[in-house]
Amino acid sequence: MPVPTLEDFMARAYAMELEAHERYAQFAEQLDTHNNREVAEMFRQLSHIESLHAKRILEEMRWPSLPALPPAYAWDTPEGPETAPPDAVHYLMQPWHALEIALRCELQAQKYFEDIAAGEAPPGVRRAAVEMADEEREHVRLIRDWMRRVPQPESGWDEDPDPARATE
Amino acid sequence: MNAPGVPMLAPKDFKSDYKPVWCPGCGDYSVLSAITKALATLGLRPENVAVVSGIGCSSRIPAYTTCYGFHGVHGRALPVATGLKAARPDLTVLVASGDGDGYSIGGNHFLHACRRNVDLTYIVMDNHVYGMTKGQPSPTTEPDWSSKLAPGGTGLREFHPLVIALASGANFIARAFSGDPNGCAALIAEAVRHPGFSFIEVLSPCVTFRPEQRGWKSMAHAAPVAPTDDPGRAARRLMTDDGFNIGVLYQGHRAPYRSGNGASQTVEALECQFRL
Repeated sequence: MPVPTLEDFMARAYAMELEAHERYAQFAEQLDTHNNREVAEMFRQLSHIESLHAKRILEEMRWPSLPALPPAYAWDTPEGPETAPPDAVHYLMQPWHALEIALRCELQAQKYFEDIAAGEAPPGVRRAAVEMADEEREHVRLIRDWMRRVPQPESGWDEDPDPARATE
Repeated sequence: MNAPGVPMLAPKDFKSDYKPVWCPGCGDYSVLSAITKALATLGLRPENVAVVSGIGCSSRIPAYTTCYGFHGVHGRALPVATGLKAARPDLTVLVASGDGDGYSIGGNHFLHACRRNVDLTYIVMDNHVYGMTKGQPSPTTEPDWSSKLAPGGTGLREFHPLVIALASGANFIARAFSGDPNGCAALIAEAVRHPGFSFIEVLSPCVTFRPEQRGWKSMAHAAPVAPTDDPGRAARRLMTDDGFNIGVLYQGHRAPYRSGNGASQTVEALECQFRL
């Protein structure tokens, strides 16, 4: 999908962060409902972080109001590169899994910006894409650090001896 | 629609404060999100929209919106919605259902709603299983799907809702995938805009009883051909369809049913009709 102007590029970056923020908030609600509070809290934190990124773009661009967001299908994928797929969660998931999801999203975002930086967009857009890719690289590093501080799940983490939806 | 000067609403304005209780990762979350996006895109307001449903996981949707809602009897969402639209043609009426509610318990209503062609948008979240009642095979379940409740599978061929809808007279037939909420929202908006009975089958995975449906994301693909208004051509396409073609598959031009009297009658006039 071509990115003709800096304005258009930043609007996409903003939409990307906003979509990611909304999806993590949705996941937090889902896990809350299923009483997995630890993971719900982690998704809430991730959602908050994404909202800060979105806010920073608004401030940097000094947009008086929200820009016209790119239409659906502005991405090469069904949703933004930083948005976790809607079925990525499990009711027994652990904090490490939430970070694993976030890591995948940040890596996709990094690649998205790297591809624009290496593509045929105008020089101003490519410069901005290099900066954004650097930022995403930093996020990847932070999440990897975070993952080291969180216990890794043991095998069979999704086995429930008393499943809530057993058929017997 | 919004009055001039009234600001457009955002998708969140169509979401109620009730938190959905679907399983984490359920496709229905995305369908809810797609509905709210579509309503915002259309410039509608919650007080001008009604969401009617029957029973099942997907039928919880009305409570999760700020629109008027009716969570009705199992399989009977379509007659309720038909009555509502006939009485209040000014409302945008969406009907939410699932493959059990819509094709089994409400199967007969489905045929006649297509035939009547009232201006409704019927969104069926199809996961090929009765999820709410713990995983029984539904009309769209594959014959060889083996489970604790149907060891070895039912051996029964699946119901083909899109073909049935076409044969029964639906004016708009589409298939969407919940794994693509933006695409799903665009199809719902298009269905609402299209006059007459619009039917959208949304492939919406049940991650609890059909975890293998997570694989649908690699199977769903854009329909390779443009929508047609030729029922014969649409029939051939739908009969040979792989079940994962996403997009508008048929757009007819039948004039929608219009109620002869409806809300223009006064209460006094109605009472006259029933006077002994």
